[in-house]
Formats: sequence, C-alpha cells, structure tokens
Amino acid sequence: MSDPIALSAAEAASRVHAGALDPAELFDAYQSRAAADELNAFTWVAEEPPTATAAMAEGPLGGVPLAVKDLFCTRGVPSQAGSRILQGYEPPYTATAVERLEQAGAPLLGKTNQDEFAMGSSNENSGYGPVLNPWDRGRVPGGSSGGSAAAVAAGLAPWALGTDTGGSIRQPASLCGIVGLKPTYGAVSRYGMIAFASSLDQAGPLTRNVTDAALILGQMVGPRDRCDSTSLEFPESIELPTATRLDGAAIGVPEELSGEGIEDGVLRAFEETLHIAERLGATVKRCRLPHAPHALSAYYVLAPAEASSNLARYDGVRYGLREEAETLLEMYTRTRRDGFGAEVKRRIMLGTYALSSGYYEAYYGRAQRVRTKIVEDFRAAFEDFDLVACPTSPTVAFELGARTGDPLAMYMSDVLTVPMSLAGVPALSLPNGMSDGLPTGFQLAGPPFSENRLLDVAFALEQAIDFDAVPARA
Amino acid sequence: MSDGAATSPNDGLDGFEPVIGLEIHVQLSTATKMFCSCPLSFGEPPNTYTCPVCLGLPGSLPVVNARAIHFGLMIGLALECELAPRSSFHRKNYFYPDLPKGYQISQYDEPLCRGGRLGEVRIHRAHLEEDAAKLVHVGTSGRIHGSDVSVVDFNRGGTPLVEIVTEPDLHDPVRAREWLELLRTTLRQLGVSDVNMEEGSLRCDANVSIRLGGSVALGTKTELKNMNSFRFLERGIRAELARQAELLRAGEPVVQETLHFDPQTGKLSALRSKEEAHDYRYFPEPDLVPIQIDEDMVAAARAQLPELPAARVERYESEFGLTAASARHLAFRVELGAYFEAALAELARAGDGHGGVDAAPVQIDPAVAQQLANWISGELVRRLGEEDPADSRVAPAQLARLVALISQRAITAGAGRQVLDRMVQQGGDPEGIVETEGLGAIASGDEALAGVVAAAIEAHQGAAEKIKAGNAKAMGPIIGYVMRETKGRADGAEVSRLVRAQLGLEN
Repeated sequence: MSDPIALSAAEAASRVHAGALDPAELFDAYQSRAAADELNAFTWVAEEPPTATAAMAEGPLGGVPLAVKDLFCTRGVPSQAGSRILQGYEPPYTATAVERLEQAGAPLLGKTNQDEFAMGSSNENSGYGPVLNPWDRGRVPGGSSGGSAAAVAAGLAPWALGTDTGGSIRQPASLCGIVGLKPTYGAVSRYGMIAFASSLDQAGPLTRNVTDAALILGQMVGPRDRCDSTSLEFPESIELPTATRLDGAAIGVPEELSGEGIEDGVLRAFEETLHIAERLGATVKRCRLPHAPHALSAYYVLAPAEASSNLARYDGVRYGLREEAETLLEMYTRTRRDGFGAEVKRRIMLGTYALSSGYYEAYYGRAQRVRTKIVEDFRAAFEDFDLVACPTSPTVAFELGARTGDPLAMYMSDVLTVPMSLAGVPALSLPNGMSDGLPTGFQLAGPPFSENRLLDVAFALEQAIDFDAVPARA
Repeated sequence: MSDGAATSPNDGLDGFEPVIGLEIHVQLSTATKMFCSCPLSFGEPPNTYTCPVCLGLPGSLPVVNARAIHFGLMIGLALECELAPRSSFHRKNYFYPDLPKGYQISQYDEPLCRGGRLGEVRIHRAHLEEDAAKLVHVGTSGRIHGSDVSVVDFNRGGTPLVEIVTEPDLHDPVRAREWLELLRTTLRQLGVSDVNMEEGSLRCDANVSIRLGGSVALGTKTELKNMNSFRFLERGIRAELARQAELLRAGEPVVQETLHFDPQTGKLSALRSKEEAHDYRYFPEPDLVPIQIDEDMVAAARAQLPELPAARVERYESEFGLTAASARHLAFRVELGAYFEAALAELARAGDGHGGVDAAPVQIDPAVAQQLANWISGELVRRLGEEDPADSRVAPAQLARLVALISQRAITAGAGRQVLDRMVQQGGDPEGIVETEGLGAIASGDEALAGVVAAAIEAHQGAAEKIKAGNAKAMGPIIGYVMRETKGRADGAEVSRLVRAQLGLEN
C-alpha cells in the first residue's frame, strides 16, 4: 500500500469508499505528522482517533481528517482565534460549517494557528507564535489562515478550513502553493466562526488541488443555516470539476489589479497562465474595475469598524482572560491590554475612531459608498466577462519580520484580494508557478454563486499548468 | 402627597410651563427571546435560561424573533404609527457587565414604527431592541457604588423590548401619569406585554424641561430614570419641575444630565456626569439582514387588534354622552368598561333608558348612562377596590336595576348606597332588599314626613333661626336629623322644601 499522505483528499476518500483504505489508518498517519509539526501550524491536535462512524466510512468525505482554523468553535476543544484573550477557551458548541463536514465524514484532526482574530497577512500576529512557511522556514506562510495553508502544503493535513475576510484564505494559499477558495458571501454559515468583520467573513477550504476544494465545498454549502441570518441557500449542488477546455469562456483582466506594485516574477507567472487559458480556448481581455484602487482604504475602515464592536465582548466578565482589579474599568483595561496583541489593538482603535460621533459619515459612511461602487464595478464586469483574473498576492512569501514594523506595507499584501471580499463574490487562488523558488498564485473571481464555473475553469487550468512542486516534507 | 390633589399640578412654577416627553420600554411577552430560542424567564434560578447567543459567546449570531416583529407591528398600529416597509437593526456600543456582547442590538435610523399618536400625545417612534441582563449588587446599598460584589444574571438578557418615544407633548405630571396609564391599558389589551411597572415589564424615563409660558423654544432638559411606579413617575417629574423652576428663579442654568429618582427620599441625584457621556458608535448590525415588512404581516397584526382604550373613550363620549373623565375611567380599566356596557345593555333591554321598550337600538338617556357610570366608578369601585366587578356578587343587571330605582326616585341615593352594601356583601336583587329593609322612598306629601321635619326643627332651634336669617347652609343638621329618622328614605330636596315651608320661608 502506498503512503496515504501522498494521496489527495479526494483520492483518499474514494479509496475509503472502495474499502481499500482504513479511515483510522489515514487518521493516524496525519495525526502523527500533525503532532510532530515543526511549523507551528497547529495550536491543538487530536490525541485520540475519532470514534469510527458510518459517515467516516460511507460519507462523501470518506473519513479524510480535517484541520480547522482556530477561530471555528469546536465543542470541548480549545478555540482561541489565535488570541491570548481566549487562551484555553473551550466552546459549548460547534460551528455549523465544522459540524456539516463532520457529518459528511471528515473528523477533526486539529486546530490551526492564525493571525489573532484573523487580523494579519503573515501569521505573525498570532498570540501563539508565527507559523513558518514550509517552502522556506525563514518566510511567512501568509495570513490570516497561515496555519491551515502551511499544514496542507506540508502534508500535515489533507485539507483545511480557513476563513477569508480580505484575502485570508487566498493569500496564504498563494504563498504556500495550494488551492484556496473564498465562497460567495453567505454561501457558508458563519455560525460558530469567531467574528472579525461580520459583513466580510466567509469560510472556505484550503486544499492541495481544485477537485479537493470542490469535494469539501459541496458539503459546506446547501440549505441555509437558520442560525445565521446572513446565510443563503446555495442554488445548485457543487459538482466535481471535469473541464479540459475553456472554449467560450470570457476572462477579464482588471487593469487596476494587474500592473502596479506587483513583483515581476508574479506578473510573469500570471501572464503565462493567461496564455494557457487562451490556448485552452478562453478569450482574455483587459477590463476595468474603476473603484478597485479605493478598495483597500475602504476595507481598512469597514473591517476595523466591525471588529471594534465584535471584539467588545472580550471584557473578562464571562470567559477567557480576566485580569482582576479593584474597579470595573481597571479590570476591563488590564484584561484587554494583556489579552490583545498590537495589531488587534490598532484595529480596535481605528474602528472605534471611524464610528465615533462626528467622524462616522467621513469614514464609515464614505467607505460604505465605496463598497457599493465596487459591487457595481464587478456587476458591470460580469456583464461582459464570465470571470475576472488577477494575481492573488503582489509578492511571493516574504521573510519573517520583513513587514512587522510597517503596518501599511503589510496591508498592501491584501490589495488584490480585498476588492472581491468587498463585493462578496467568490474567488479562488490556484498555484500557477514559481518565482525565486517560491510559489505564485493565480486568482479567479466570478459572479455570486458561480462556484461551479470557477472550479471548472480552475480545474482546466490546473491540469494544463501541471504545477507539481511540493515543499520538502519532513 | 395626595394623587387627586385639587390644586393644579403646576402650582408653584411661577408661570413656567413644563414640557415633558416620555421614553417607555415595554418587555414583550413572546415565548422566546429577541434573538435566540431561549424561553423568557420569570424568576427562575439565575443563568438557567441562557444559550451561546444571549450570553454573547464567541461565534454566536442573532436571529430575529418573528413574533416580536408581529407584536411591534400591533403596537405600531395601535399607536397609529407609520410602519416602515423596511426596518433594520443597529448596534449600540458600550461596555457594561450586563451587556454580554459589548453592544445592544437596537434600531436607529430605520425603526419599525414612526410618528403616531395616543390620545393627545404624539408618538415620535417605536422600535425593537433586546433587554440587558440583570446586575445584582451584593452589599449594603443595592446600587453599584458601595457594593462589595456584583454578579450578573443573564436570564433577562435578550428579552424583547419595544421602546416607545413620545414627542414632548405633556405639560403636567398628573397628565403624564394618566397618559402612561392609558398606554399601559392599551398594551395590556393588545396582549403583547404584562406591562407591570413594579416588575419592570413596563419602564418609563421622562425628559423634563420648563420654559416661560407662551414661549415656543424648549428649555434644557434632564432625563429622569428609575421611576418604577405610576406614583413615582408623577412625583419624580413634580420634584424635577420644582428643582428646575428654582434654578431658573435663582438665575442659574439647568444642566443637561441624567437623574436617578430615589423613591424613598423623593430626591433626584445625577446618574452619570458629562465626562462619562457615551458615544454609542451606532452602525448597522452586520449579523442581521433588514426586515421587509409586507402587507400580509401588517394585515395579520391588524386582524388581532381589539378595540383600544382611546377608541373606547371616544365611543363612550359620543354614543352614551359620558363626561370625558368618566369615559376615561371606564375605558382605561377594561373590566369596568365591560361591566358598564353589560349593565347598560340591561337598562336598554328593560326599557328603563326612557327610550321605549321595543325600539332597537334603544337610545339610553345620557343622564341615566352617566348615573350608571358614576355608580360603577364611584360606589361600586369604592366597595370592590381592584377586584373585577364581574367576579363580585353584583351582577351588571342588578346594578342596572338599582340605578334605575334611584333615577325613578323609587329610592333615594342614600338608600341606594345601603342597598349596594347588601348586594356586595350578600348578593341579591335590589328590589328585594329595598322591600325587606323597608328602604322605599317616602312619597312626596307624606304626612309622616312633615311630622319628622317638624320634630327636626324643634330639636334644632338655633339652626332654624339661622335659616330664617338667610343662612341656607344651616339646613345641614336638620336634614341630617330627618335622614337618620327615615333611614335615608326621604328625598333631600323634598325635606329642604318642607323645612322652608314650615319656617314660613319661600321655596
């Protein structure tokens, strides 16, 4: 029998279904690798194999174990959102997305490290230490779902759940050379996801290939979750992709997201992938997203504004860290001073300021109007094009510490992913080459609920690109 | 302080005109909380009716209670509000241990109901929100300052509230209280709340200012809190009006602040200073989608509206000719109104309304209707207190017949009161009691009565002299004597006529 670690998740699941692979054996293989994690990708790893269930043997996910970003609530398992303020916090309930995947046969392998409350693009903002990029341990894996991306890239997990608020699935997927998909806003329930920015947060998979992404996404979407008012019923089932040609597909390349500020190596890989698309029959044309250059500014008003409110509950009264003090105010102040990291505090202050009386209109109100314009930009683009494409990250993985002293430089990591987040449209990052020995990512975005189309196009490209590089595995 | 003081409630304000607006919080009696499926708590052990949502646990999300929307729409319709076709929730952000998420989900620029009116008071808006948890301060004072430990009971957290804000249309504390009573009755009849001030399902804050009479501009207002009974509301406003008038008389400005009413001392103290003023940083609640109010939802709410007190007051005035005070008294206590209408139907049926027996609908003589209303709100309520008269021994038809006996002068009012005593204590028909007790009125021209009057004059010579000298008020003791002798069966006017005749005075 071949090494189960070498199998993609979909391959492993079909072997389990065929009775050729014991899910317990598969779990053990990953569990021992995750437990020996040298990348700091995991904050918690299951000690015991899960009790065998019918779902694990027969469910669509075939017992293939799942790594879950720390911010998903998992009953009785530490769910700390990368923050010291939630150190040791074990929720009394499990997030809907995780529950659906467990019911479909994917047992919980472990919880993955992340930037604190998903605020960051390098995983250096974790309260539990940075995650190392498996391609180069001196570099960051991206963020905020850096632990999930590194774990999948390094073969510590077959697949992982992440969340994407402004690029937190796609950017680390790009920096780690794997597939990352941010679904349409509302397609996956947010119930049980520890919130960063509610109007933007969306759960999605990080996988080794496009087929795995389709397989797991199919079990995350479906009927709307009655516990999440913003969740939507997915209008169709997710099919496993099969396309080999792209005849008739119209791909737009937004000028605003494909030139300035992007590294040469990343641009070169991007252009090559566009040529491949044309060779497969797609038409590729320049297009415009006129308001995209304002997306990052709007995002860094809206997301911190929501975060400043979402994080108010960490006050030491009911759960998590509490620093005792003589007065209530002092208890609040000390708890939040010691519990939150610098970036979280920075964003709470930014967001509090943006919502303050007298400034609301100038900041929050204006940012909302920019957001509306960006939604309209995408809608207009999708009248002419099936999909739009641009690089996922302007750079390959950067060195640890390179941007920690310069928040604005760090925020620029999200410049190509934030517009899709503001528009609420689905977007996928596909590994499409190497630059200086590090992977690059190709981003595709489509209209709301076009996930099947996205996956199909990505699959055809994936086959043609034949990206087969893997980081050295321990 | 007497609640029914004869003096004007605004005495002592030196011509300043009070301007009062109310902010009322009403706990809705839905089965479950505003944003989760926990049942509402009624004094269960602390923190037993909680879940991840109402505890604000990480990752939990709110879902709007459809029943609360329905109740909100009923309230909006009852208050003649404009109902929003689209309504949305906002977050009101502030830190306090009774607020588990660090924000309250409330409504801001798209409330469920806008505008409207109840009685003479315009409604500014009515919106939905969630209640805070309950802080229990363990220690001596019961307030946060000076307590040793504070603990939080989250059972109440998340209970649905409707906040009703009035325009500043009230101008004296008594009317403020009466209006709040009207609101309570209205909400009670809607069946949307227990509306109990002592238990906190009805809470009222008052915004109070004064201005020179005739002035249009509003003065600086203060906000009064913690007036947890109708009496305290009236007293709190009265005390604040006096305080503001005194400040202005002394040439000092009124400072905008929140004041806490202490029912024990009747005093007001500042609750929070301006330095601690909150910036609530309202913004649209991203966890909830706006509610679309469609015609079906409005129709469903409208279908459940009963006749409301304000409409009932109007009907009692126009249909039966009752005085405004009388109509209000009967309409505001639903059970009294029901009793009144049942008794009135009996009068009409018996043809005692002086309108003819078989005519339908029978016109009730307004004087008789008013007399019946007076007997219910006055004599009957005085004997029954808060008890529902429908549960008493006195059937509406019996009271109707008693009033008919009085209006036909078959018995005197004084005798009627004695009959009612018997009816309340033992039950029975008024006619039977009159007969067995011998309480029938003494007919005019009765020889015996003239004799009793003569004896009365004989016994009160001094009074008789005063009457002859022109002091009509001196008649009292003589009439009292006659009434005692006749057990109240004599007609007062007839007695007075006889006294004057026997003293040789003109009638």
